[in-house]
Amino acid sequence: MAAPALRPMPASEKTGIHTISLFVHDRPGVLVRVALVFARRGYNIESLVVSPSAAGGFSRMTMTCSGDPATLDQIIRQLAKLVDVVSAIDHTGDQSYETEIALIKLDVQDDDRTQVLQVAEHFNAKVVDYAQTSIVLRVYGGSEKLDALINLLRAYGISELVRSGKILMARGGSET
Amino acid sequence: MSALPPTGAERLIQCLEREGVEYIFGLSGGAAMPIFDALVDSNIKLIMVRHEQGATHMADGYARATGKPGVVLVTSGPGATNTVTGLLTALMDSVPIIVLCGQTVSPMLGKDAFQEADVTGITYPVVKHSYLVKDGADIPRVTREAFYIASTGRPGPVLIDLPKDVTQGPCEAPFVDDVELPGYRVPSRADPDDIAAAAELLKSAKRPLLYVGNGAVISGAGKAIITLAERLRAPIVNTLLGKGAADETHPLHLGMLGMHGTAYANKAVVDCDLIMSIGARWDDRITGKLDEFCVDAVKIHVDVDPSEFNKMVPLDLAIHGDARLVVEDLLPMIEPGDTEAWLAQCDEWRRKYPLKYPKQGGLRAQHVLDRLHALTLGNAVIATDVGQHQMWAAQFCLSTTNRNWLSSGGAGTMGYGFPAAIGAQFGQPNKEVWSVSGDGGFQMTQAELATAAIHKLPVKCLIINNNYLGMVRQWQELFYDNRYSGVDLEGNPDFVKLAQAYGIQAWRIKRPADVDRILKLAHAYNEGPCVVVAEVVKEDNVFPMIPAGAAIKDMLIEKPRVRMEKPTGST
Ligand SMILES: Cc1ncc(C[n+]2csc(CCOP(=O)(O)OP(=O)(O)O)c2C)c(N)n1
Ligand SMILES: [Mg+2]
Repeated sequence: MAAPALRPMPASEKTGIHTISLFVHDRPGVLVRVALVFARRGYNIESLVVSPSAAGGFSRMTMTCSGDPATLDQIIRQLAKLVDVVSAIDHTGDQSYETEIALIKLDVQDDDRTQVLQVAEHFNAKVVDYAQTSIVLRVYGGSEKLDALINLLRAYGISELVRSGKILMARGGSET
Repeated sequence: MSALPPTGAERLIQCLEREGVEYIFGLSGGAAMPIFDALVDSNIKLIMVRHEQGATHMADGYARATGKPGVVLVTSGPGATNTVTGLLTALMDSVPIIVLCGQTVSPMLGKDAFQEADVTGITYPVVKHSYLVKDGADIPRVTREAFYIASTGRPGPVLIDLPKDVTQGPCEAPFVDDVELPGYRVPSRADPDDIAAAAELLKSAKRPLLYVGNGAVISGAGKAIITLAERLRAPIVNTLLGKGAADETHPLHLGMLGMHGTAYANKAVVDCDLIMSIGARWDDRITGKLDEFCVDAVKIHVDVDPSEFNKMVPLDLAIHGDARLVVEDLLPMIEPGDTEAWLAQCDEWRRKYPLKYPKQGGLRAQHVLDRLHALTLGNAVIATDVGQHQMWAAQFCLSTTNRNWLSSGGAGTMGYGFPAAIGAQFGQPNKEVWSVSGDGGFQMTQAELATAAIHKLPVKCLIINNNYLGMVRQWQELFYDNRYSGVDLEGNPDFVKLAQAYGIQAWRIKRPADVDRILKLAHAYNEGPCVVVAEVVKEDNVFPMIPAGAAIKDMLIEKPRVRMEKPTGST
């Protein structure tokens, strides 16, 4: 017997890297509870940003992770079920504004410096520290742009790299 | 009375009194002493146990039998870690218990103080929610929230860790009535569009099946489900934990489905064209091999917990709401279906594949449990342990009354049954309460014989003694070429003498001819606890059986003649 047309189950169709935004009650342990939903499946959280939200007593968590859509769908429902989680939304593929900051330290010899600075300028990266044998660049933008810059700079010897992890905000009247 | 402000512990106990707590099951220790001290002046009765695991199962049995949260009180460190199994058991089966733990003084947290354990840390994965109280002023709010969270929505265990300085220090914080939990929503009525969609699907089904789980027990949906089945003319099956929600002796009821369910229930699952879960979560012991589970049947799922939707099987319709309210809302929209051919088919299976056991060749557990059912007729609370005896009890002791069947399903915790029966008896003093345990599991919490004895609780403890870890032995016989490894319970005590050592009345059943006489003696005995030890045949197997990971259609009705492959399913 065929099922009559029903509204489709909200199973996520989105594959690849997922960006999930959580709005959480700012209580001790909330980060552990969130992390355990991933850890019990052996899932890796690729980036995680926790910060105070506009409302006092609540925090915003933005996390990225990869996995098959069905499992991530389940993970999001289990996150939403946590008592301290007010909302859990998968923003993958929607039109949210996304950004990330990276700090990149390079051990540069004199002959490479000019080229590195040219690359940096092309990516709008700013030199925030200039020393005898190293420079530190600060760059922000979409994660893909940061990936591209970092790949280019590898040839010149990146000695340290710190990325903030992706943050995002839904546009217009939509909720993050 | 002096004008001193109450201590945190005193405030805590006042909060528990306001929640209507009658009993606390616990065992003391240094970090919990202020709380035990405050209990001296309270009307709440302290039931002292012999092991903290026992306390958690008592609270669990109390909660399952009454629907009210059960409360546990233990000390820090090892006292608290002994509750972990009970927390898991309660979480897996959605049972509301509150576990209060003493903790080292807060300035010593994280410094390996004596009997310090990171209890909130250890228990995160096995609680619905938990608290570490660092400020006495939070005690009223935390207690109110804990009871609210434990007992609403999909119920579950909540743990409160209470440092000794917090319970010993003053607490003047006012009582709290309203909870403010922006991240916690309790669903009630479902979306009317979903109800209408369900009615539509049910209308076009030729072979509908109602699949009833623990959610129906928790919400008390049984009566509505029976009405639904009668109007639809649809058969009912239930899970191990769904037993009792809808009267299993009703003519439309096919009994338990799943790994050791009845053949007729499982055949109905294979052949139905619509299966509607009412508070059941498509557990792997129910579905068997997922790729072959009800592939062509329409699947509807009613649940309070939306994280269960599409978790195991892809659904055609998910209805988010309380099981009873959903079924009640559905009733007015139901039109009688043309299912007579389907019901006739189910009845034919029922006649062709009845549950049966050999009547000769010594005393059998099935016989004892069959007669226990004949004696109690579903009117007694039955708490089981885990193993073969549990499955036989589920098959033969049909449940007629909601909250009369207590069994550890999700966790399968050996040692659960006897303390759960004790807790149930405290909660239901006017009901007859039996525990049914195996000789293996009983020994895991048998120390609670003392607890039953000192309170002269009329709980009746049936031990099915096959001198084996029988269920594991069955798997070794069927799937591991009879290579027995770690299943022989050589060294068992004489359980009759063991009971007598606690001053407990005990009888032994040796022969089939003893069964009725001794069960009746126990049935009539109300002066205190009693123990009945049934010395059953050592090697017997539970059938029907769907090997773990196999398709339901590959159910074994009896022992196969051919050698079986090792099961592919987890357990
Ligand atoms: C705490 C715990 N340990 C181990 C198991 C695995 N297990 C499941 S059934 C079983 C055998 C139970 O033996 P017994 O209590 O004698 O009951 P029987 O099967 O013989 O009726 C075992 C060891 C379990 N379920 N729980
Ligand atoms: Mg045994």
